[in-house]
Amino acid sequence: MKILVTAKRVTDPNASLVINDDGSWIDDDVEYILNPFCENAIECALELAEAHDAETIAIGIGEEEIQRTIRQGALARGIDRGIHVDAEEEELDSEMIAKILKAVVEREEPDVVVLGKQAVDGDSNQVSQLLAEMLGWPQATFASEVKIEGDEAIVTREVDGGLETIGVGLPAIISADLRLNDPRYASLAGIMKAKKKPLEELDLDDLELDDEEPKVRVVKLHEPAGRSAGVVVADVDELIVKLTTEARVL
Amino acid sequence: MSKILVVAEHDDGNVKKATLTTLNMARQLAEKRGASIDIAVVGSGVGGVAEALAGYGAETIHVADHADLAYPLASSWAKVIADIASAADADVIASSASTTGKDIMPRVAARLEAGMASDVVGVVDTDDGVGFRRPMWAGALLADVVIDSDVWVVTARGSAFDAAAATGGESAIDAFAAEPNLAASRTRFIRFDGTQSDRPTLDEADIVVAGGRGLKSADGFNQVVEPLADSLGAAIGASRAAVDDGFCPNDYQIGQTGKVVAPQLYFAVAISGAIQHLAGMKNSKVIVAINTRDDEPIHKIADYTLVGDAFSVIPELCEKIAAVKSGS
Ligand SMILES: Cc1cc2nc3c(=O)[nH]c(=O)nc-3n(C[C@H](O)[C@H](O)[C@H](O)COP(=O)(O)OP(=O)(O)OC[C@H]3O[C@@H](n4cnc5c(N)ncnc54)[C@H](O)[C@@H]3O)c2cc1C
Ligand SMILES: Nc1ncnc2c1ncn2[C@@H]1O[C@H](COP(=O)(O)O)[C@@H](O)[C@H]1O
Repeated sequence: MKILVTAKRVTDPNASLVINDDGSWIDDDVEYILNPFCENAIECALELAEAHDAETIAIGIGEEEIQRTIRQGALARGIDRGIHVDAEEEELDSEMIAKILKAVVEREEPDVVVLGKQAVDGDSNQVSQLLAEMLGWPQATFASEVKIEGDEAIVTREVDGGLETIGVGLPAIISADLRLNDPRYASLAGIMKAKKKPLEELDLDDLELDDEEPKVRVVKLHEPAGRSAGVVVADVDELIVKLTTEARVL
Repeated sequence: MSKILVVAEHDDGNVKKATLTTLNMARQLAEKRGASIDIAVVGSGVGGVAEALAGYGAETIHVADHADLAYPLASSWAKVIADIASAADADVIASSASTTGKDIMPRVAARLEAGMASDVVGVVDTDDGVGFRRPMWAGALLADVVIDSDVWVVTARGSAFDAAAATGGESAIDAFAAEPNLAASRTRFIRFDGTQSDRPTLDEADIVVAGGRGLKSADGFNQVVEPLADSLGAAIGASRAAVDDGFCPNDYQIGQTGKVVAPQLYFAVAISGAIQHLAGMKNSKVIVAINTRDDEPIHKIADYTLVGDAFSVIPELCEKIAAVKSGS
């Protein structure tokens, strides 16, 4: 069996992002991390590989810096090898990412692709579903439990009204939610080994995608209207007075 | 002329509020683009849903009623929605950003080679034409995006739009001969474990009481959050930490990766206010924080902060709310 998993680099959620006058943002000095949902996806791939004896491959799309994310976030944890698709990430929309992944899936022919449910920078939550439709594969998104039984993945999904369980025939796309697992840490040995693991470099030309244009463009960024701190009330009585006479919500 | 197809959300034959909030986003967009609105009702035994929506100003309501569509499985629903959009010549397909909308709509976009904007909170004019405003980075920034393709797919955040009111008039109801691909989709529904509750749902409630890790256990969570919610007729929510620690079901989670709410009144009880939590509630009208500390991020956005131990403060609060409600 073969499992492909994604490793996306995102700005640290705790970093403050400063907007330029032209409505773009300045990425100087911002720390980057592995997208938290990709950590769950990688852990899922490793656990499935341990249970079913699979080869695991991590793919990251972006500038050269993502190679570090692939090595430290995926290979050091135990993923067998990496693929870096070189592209300017800001120039890509979700559809372009999905097209790149599709091209890599066609080269590698994995049985399962595990992605994160969303990237915590763009918060789009689209790539897994786009990829599934482009490939004509079934999908099990927002997974909180994954088992493979024969040629089917049995997946429990976190949905609005509770938990849904579906079966999807392989090959299939799975997107990981945060409660899927507790991602392991890379061991020292893992970090040493990761330095020597193969990391293939591809560009859009290699995948015959260099003529593609993104369809969705960010034209401007804004700061949301701020909300200022209110008052500290002395006790329950004062809170009741505020809610009834000032806020008038009781 | 441009045509917007709104995908209805329903539950047991009832129209969900999410349909009406999406419809409102569609009306704003229709006004800017000079578009008409159609509605798609997909499911099994959904004739009543179509009838209930007939007075909302849609030109045509397309009803795809088929036993294979009984459960919203992404591949087969996406095919049928895309088929309806093509047959009706719609150039915008919109649904709510519920977990169902998030699961299905990107597949619709892929089928129609449409660009897609997720989780939009506004329809805006940009230098490049009509676009959508959507939060990024857990709502730390808002982005105005435009879509360059001929067909657009959009999901609308329910809390950002009021429910559309009925306009009178009658829509034409058209049976659509759906051809779902359930067998070919290699997807089977196994089970749904729904959260049972008699309380209002999070997306429909005027008041939300949310509990966090500070409540220490499932018992502690229930002991504090339930009586307060009961005294207010409120929905119950939670931080991710409270869900992760097993205090309450997953669909109580509010935040960047859970539900987004904007009620009239929000109680954050024993919640510190991490950016990912704030992403799901900071547009509430009035926010009350109850916390043993006074220096947590939640206090920077709360209108009223009560410093104290939830286990002793909440019983007193419930008692005094009951007194206010009974008019004594
Ligand atoms: C990718 C990602 C996505 C995430 N998505 C979400 C999300 O959607 N929603 C979400 O909520 N979080 C989310 N998180 C987690 C988030 O970062 C925080 O860890 C989480 O919100 C903390 O929950 P909490 O406030 O309940 O717990 P804590 O931060 O531990 O806060 C507990 C609070 O309780 C107070 N307290 C303790 N005892 C009492 C008492 N007896 N009475 C009153 N107060 C008391 C403490 O002072 C403290 O403020 C996400 C994190 C990541 C990395
Ligand atoms: N540049 C990228 N490189 C690798 N994987 C990505 C990239 N962008 C998105 N993904 C994957 O797609 C998932 C969903 O992203 P999104 O739809 O953008 O929220 C992420 O959690 C990643 O697993």
